[in-house]
Amino acid sequence: MNFPILSSLILLPSIGALFLFFTKSDKKNNFTGKYVALFTSAVNFFLSVYLWILFDPTTSDFQFVEERIWIKDLINYKVGVDGISILFILLTTFITPLCIVSVNNSIKDRLSEFLIAVLIMESFMIGVFCSLDLVIFYLFFEAGLIPMFLIIGIWGGARRVYSAFKFFLYTLLGSVLMLVAIITIYWLNGTTDVVELYNSGIDIKYQNLLWLAFFSSFAVKTPMWPVHTWLPDAHVEAPTAGSVLLAAILLKMAGYGFIRFSLGLFPVASEIFTPLVYTLSVIAIIFTSLIALMQEDMKKLIAYSSVAHMGYVTLGIFTIQQQGIEGSIIQMISHGLVSAALFLCVGVVYDRMHSRLINSYGGIVSIIPKYSILFMLFTLAALGLPGTSGFVGEFLILMGAFKDNFLVAVIASLGVIIGAAYMLWLYKRVVFGKLINTDLKQMFDLNRSELFILSCLAVPTLFFGFYPDPLINTIEVSISDLIDQYNFKLASKT
Amino acid sequence: MENLQLVLPEIFLSLSIMFLLILGVFKKNSSRLVQSLSLAVLIVTAVITFNETIGINETKLFNNSIVIDYLSSLMKIITLLAAFLVLIISSNYLKTFQIFKIEYPILILSSVLGMMVMISSNDLIVFYMGLELQSLALYVLATFNRDQINSSEAGLKYFVLSALSSGLLLYGCSLIYGFTGSTNFNVIADQLNSNEYALTFGIVFILVGLAFKISAVPFHMWAPDVYEGSPTSVTLFFTMVPKIAALTVFIRFLYVPFLNLIDQWQMILIFLSIASMLFGAIAAIGQTNLKRLVAYSSIGHVGYALAGVASGTNDGIQSSVIYITIYILMNLGLFSCLLMLKRDNNYYEKIDDLSGLSKNHPMLALSLLIILFSLAGIPPLAGFFAKFYIFKAVIEQSMYFLAIVGLLSTVVAAFYYLRLIKIMYFDEQKEKYDTDHGFWLKFSLTASTLLILIYFIFPSQLIEVVSRINII
Repeated sequence: MNFPILSSLILLPSIGALFLFFTKSDKKNNFTGKYVALFTSAVNFFLSVYLWILFDPTTSDFQFVEERIWIKDLINYKVGVDGISILFILLTTFITPLCIVSVNNSIKDRLSEFLIAVLIMESFMIGVFCSLDLVIFYLFFEAGLIPMFLIIGIWGGARRVYSAFKFFLYTLLGSVLMLVAIITIYWLNGTTDVVELYNSGIDIKYQNLLWLAFFSSFAVKTPMWPVHTWLPDAHVEAPTAGSVLLAAILLKMAGYGFIRFSLGLFPVASEIFTPLVYTLSVIAIIFTSLIALMQEDMKKLIAYSSVAHMGYVTLGIFTIQQQGIEGSIIQMISHGLVSAALFLCVGVVYDRMHSRLINSYGGIVSIIPKYSILFMLFTLAALGLPGTSGFVGEFLILMGAFKDNFLVAVIASLGVIIGAAYMLWLYKRVVFGKLINTDLKQMFDLNRSELFILSCLAVPTLFFGFYPDPLINTIEVSISDLIDQYNFKLASKT
Repeated sequence: MENLQLVLPEIFLSLSIMFLLILGVFKKNSSRLVQSLSLAVLIVTAVITFNETIGINETKLFNNSIVIDYLSSLMKIITLLAAFLVLIISSNYLKTFQIFKIEYPILILSSVLGMMVMISSNDLIVFYMGLELQSLALYVLATFNRDQINSSEAGLKYFVLSALSSGLLLYGCSLIYGFTGSTNFNVIADQLNSNEYALTFGIVFILVGLAFKISAVPFHMWAPDVYEGSPTSVTLFFTMVPKIAALTVFIRFLYVPFLNLIDQWQMILIFLSIASMLFGAIAAIGQTNLKRLVAYSSIGHVGYALAGVASGTNDGIQSSVIYITIYILMNLGLFSCLLMLKRDNNYYEKIDDLSGLSKNHPMLALSLLIILFSLAGIPPLAGFFAKFYIFKAVIEQSMYFLAIVGLLSTVVAAFYYLRLIKIMYFDEQKEKYDTDHGFWLKFSLTASTLLILIYFIFPSQLIEVVSRINII
């Protein structure tokens, strides 16, 4: 297999963006611009599906590895996938075309620039998930800030400037410490190649500080309590497509980073800091769920629910149990689908009524039934109803947690109840009840593109809810190997 | 004297200056001619430097008072090219203010000559001579728009403070001479006795003088005022060219005679570096004038370059040189943008004048966006790599405090760069600016932006160029 499939996945969206950049943008061309973007991202999606088909789930080695000298004697450009990363690449390439379809209704101004930003974002995010060198990883991880900053700042809502700055500075602040850690690792081991670092291990004296430096970056990005406050602001102000990208993919970079780097490189430190992660996760689950209950703004509510869901993810990762980590990955994939869908659902009513406040809706079930059905499906998936992908993830995480720490698991399970409460209450207030606001009667039901997007998201949500085997098969070997390595290194204290 | 060809660049440059001066005096209205000839002189000097001195082993001339090695040749070429670019993009600006005179290119040439002497100096006296030659030319350049009160004020302020710092520097030289009996760097190194505390005083005084020239905190006070008051094209020169020479002298002065006293001067440099990075980042936040903002940002960037010098290794020196090169590239782009903010023979330099630039001039705004993100050090742009190499060198010496403070101040600095981007992209649009900027201004903006943008594709080349610097 000589065809550089991963590099193509990374480069293709950028090439599409370059193409868009050189096409003149007037009203008519905006239209073609959209098709160019859609075409590029669709090709990318099929390419990644092809990658999944070729992928061999029976080994935990990195596959499709490409290595080139980049900075001589310093850094090699190295990419590759294993069971942990491939699903995130699929998620990215799956969500991006849907985002591009969804801009039809929401983005009126400077459309081609928006599409360029989205495509470049896609490039960077695929890069994050397949880079096998810490510096390359950092490069992609940070570079994603630029397009996202512009997406929030240019196409966002009223307080967009504040939110864009908060988003950018919070994440940058978290990440610079990771850069220090990466350079330190280079200094300690003479390489930043992840595979070599897996084999050689990192000096135990430095692990704690390095772990904390990585943690500071990932915790902000996840986001974990108490550094989650940028997320609601960013979500509320970002345009719908921006929120979808942010929730579905950007937040997953940190979860992926925890598994790949925190567990893989610093097992001793991870063991030491597990109580810290547990505490923060449990606080995130309970506390932000309670906050979500009180929200007036739909987007904010979903944003807080994202924080809570990511709390389950971090909890699951640090159980270091097969089920826990598998659950975390499935939960991340599921959250990627479901939160994207929920933000799109909010976007649908927002495009029509220009309000995100819950109390300006109510009783819309009789006006827009199709919407109400799909919205219900995603609400139930978000609260983890059996038969949806949300259930599989949460169930596995809690199972892993019960194996590891009973108390934490019990508290986290209580969070599920609150989660159900705020999601159902949201749904009840928006969809059911009396139709008080008469303006709502002019609302029309889902148009074709909206129906298409939401169904696209609904199918995998249900499919993986009933039959999560394809996901679990892909990740199983890689995770069990990761855990074996982890325990081995822990025992030998390296 | 078979080695005279090694100083051919300097000889050629000084003869050209004299010739151009005479030409300018005797031929009326020759400013355009002198300008073109000066550009040619700069290029020719760069070519001579490249041909005669690149690749030769370290050679010392004139009683060991001048040293020609890879570092000096490289820095001279960078200086000459930077001066060339400054000169070529400033002509439109000068014409607008009707100060397109013969003195301008000649002064730039003389200060470049001074810098070349500084870069090659291996002796305190030679070094001081070069320093004064470049400073005197710079004082006049700062006041070049003499009808404007700001410009005169800038020049005077620069002159008074710079003279003071030169005095301190000279005092330091005399102390060192007193305790070692020589002004030659190598002899000083041999005579060094680390128990002489007064010698440390000498180093401190000289570092104060140098820190002043490179505008490192706490000797930066002149920079914002002078940068704001001087004509923009001169500010561009100030922010780029003298820093190269001053940085080289920093490196040579600390590493050749005083490498054994590294414990003494390392703390000073770390302090200068941290103070510059932090102060530059924090003070820039409140600025409303773009040139002042650039002044503070350049103070910050100098702090990063000094961090590399502070590390005390070849790696650190190399990373500093890379940093200053990339910084020059970014600054060139930034000032090209500033020089494009022109409407009806009037240049705009308030931050608010950028408002809505992205709608009126999308390409200009996009270039500025890339340059600003690069200045903020966001990957994958060139500015990130510059910082990356610096911190790599710093962390290899286990100077974590310096690295962490430096990286945290990039976050603070990111704030004011983002503010400019916010004004360009998120704010309401204003009137359009002129678009007839001349070829060279557009060229320098396009070239610098593209280089910044695609640097990550070929990062090895620059490293290879500087990897031959070997001081220790």
